[in-house]
Amino acid sequence: MAAYPDDLHYTKDHEWIRVSGDTGAIGITDFAQEQLGDVVHVQLPHVGEKFDAHATFGEVESVKTFSELYTPVSGEVIEINEALADAPELVNTSPYGDGWMVKIKLSDPGQVDSLLSASEYEDFVESQKEE
Amino acid sequence: MSQLKKTALNEAHRKLGGRMIDFGGWDMPVQYAAGTVEEHLAVRAAAGIFDVSHMGEIEVRGPQSLDLIQHLTTNDAGKLSDGQAQYSGLTYPEGTFVDDILVHRFAPDHYFLCVNASNTDKDFDWIRSHASGFDAEVKNVSANYTQLAIQGPKALEILQSLADVDLAPIKYYWFTRGNVDGVPAIIARTGYTGEDGFEIYFDPNESERVWNKIMESGKSRGILPCGLAARNTLRLEAKMALYGNDIDDTTTALEADLGWICKLNKGDFIGRDRLAEQKEKGLTRKLIGFEVTDKGIARDHYPIFINGKEAGVVTSGSHAPYLKKSIGLGYLPIEHTGVGTDFEVDVRGRRLAARVVQTPFYKRTK
Repeated sequence: MAAYPDDLHYTKDHEWIRVSGDTGAIGITDFAQEQLGDVVHVQLPHVGEKFDAHATFGEVESVKTFSELYTPVSGEVIEINEALADAPELVNTSPYGDGWMVKIKLSDPGQVDSLLSASEYEDFVESQKEE
Repeated sequence: MSQLKKTALNEAHRKLGGRMIDFGGWDMPVQYAAGTVEEHLAVRAAAGIFDVSHMGEIEVRGPQSLDLIQHLTTNDAGKLSDGQAQYSGLTYPEGTFVDDILVHRFAPDHYFLCVNASNTDKDFDWIRSHASGFDAEVKNVSANYTQLAIQGPKALEILQSLADVDLAPIKYYWFTRGNVDGVPAIIARTGYTGEDGFEIYFDPNESERVWNKIMESGKSRGILPCGLAARNTLRLEAKMALYGNDIDDTTTALEADLGWICKLNKGDFIGRDRLAEQKEKGLTRKLIGFEVTDKGIARDHYPIFINGKEAGVVTSGSHAPYLKKSIGLGYLPIEHTGVGTDFEVDVRGRRLAARVVQTPFYKRTK
């Protein structure tokens, strides 16, 4: 069973963000990593790059397929998870922990309010499964 | 949408957590709970079991069976003994592929062809349409067989525990008849993974019992059920061609670097003239193996660039779970096929550096 921690905000593109102050760590959800299968490469942006909300900031590649990564909210990249270069499987083993992808400085923290809560995201995933 | 075809093991796959996909009209597991990488590694280190019952089987019987097969295929079936198999090409007059197949000889007047799932009807029609001048009967017997592949260094031990014939003396690309858990089977030492192993053919009604027995016997030996994704990455590491990707009706056997199955001196066959001409004049392109040296995966159908100009296309590309590299196959202009040649692959707008390498990428140590 996929897990959805309560302290995160979610998108319908299956990203999460963990906000603390005016920064946030971004990754993909347990459901997303399960769908992708074994992750073998994560293409990340550079520190300093700025993105609008819902912009493509990178790609995640599994053995079978690939998926674009979207920013939940707008901001500037202040850190990338360098560990993923040598251990992309962290996205599978720890999607909400060591498998985080980028940290951003939020340009408009108010955007977070429009994201899904854990229970809303879980409902969304379940509705997707039923289709 | 038409109904997907199911093998006799469809329910068993679902019970094992198989993720089912539409594979050329067949409802097949692309992976099980362990995932593609684990499944791939299990085959390299221990064993894997694959349901490949979607593959087709065609029987050729009668006094002129050999003549018909020689007429239709590139390899020399005349070299086969009873109980021996060979990899071969079924070719059009252009020397391009109808399909790539395995030819098994039961007896001088009885052959058994294993063909690709999605080509079964096409192959059968093709063979039958050329059989009229021959005293040979061609039958599509695909529905009569479940085909399982048991592959990996532990495959022999696992299958032997259930078989009533001695399997160790069977050489690579030979087969025997025997019982597996009491079920009459064709037991062939063939495979599509680059490992030692067997492919067995038997009555579909016994599918689930035999599958379960093999799983049971293999459990302590590290066997995993393996899906189509692992089958693909395993065959790619071993540089075995995939019909529809690396070879098809536009590529000749010589271009596909399969000169070893083109026996141009065996006598006439469909496609021989074109292949002989191509051999004499020289190829203009060839299938090569490459490694992506940048980070990323050059997937199927991505374009290849040499000196900034589009020069070819990736026919199979994937992360290689055992080698832990990004590898692939593709056709390049002949002057750029030398090992060490650098080129680029366009990966969704990014140009990744790649290099022609020696193949197979993976070769097992005996």
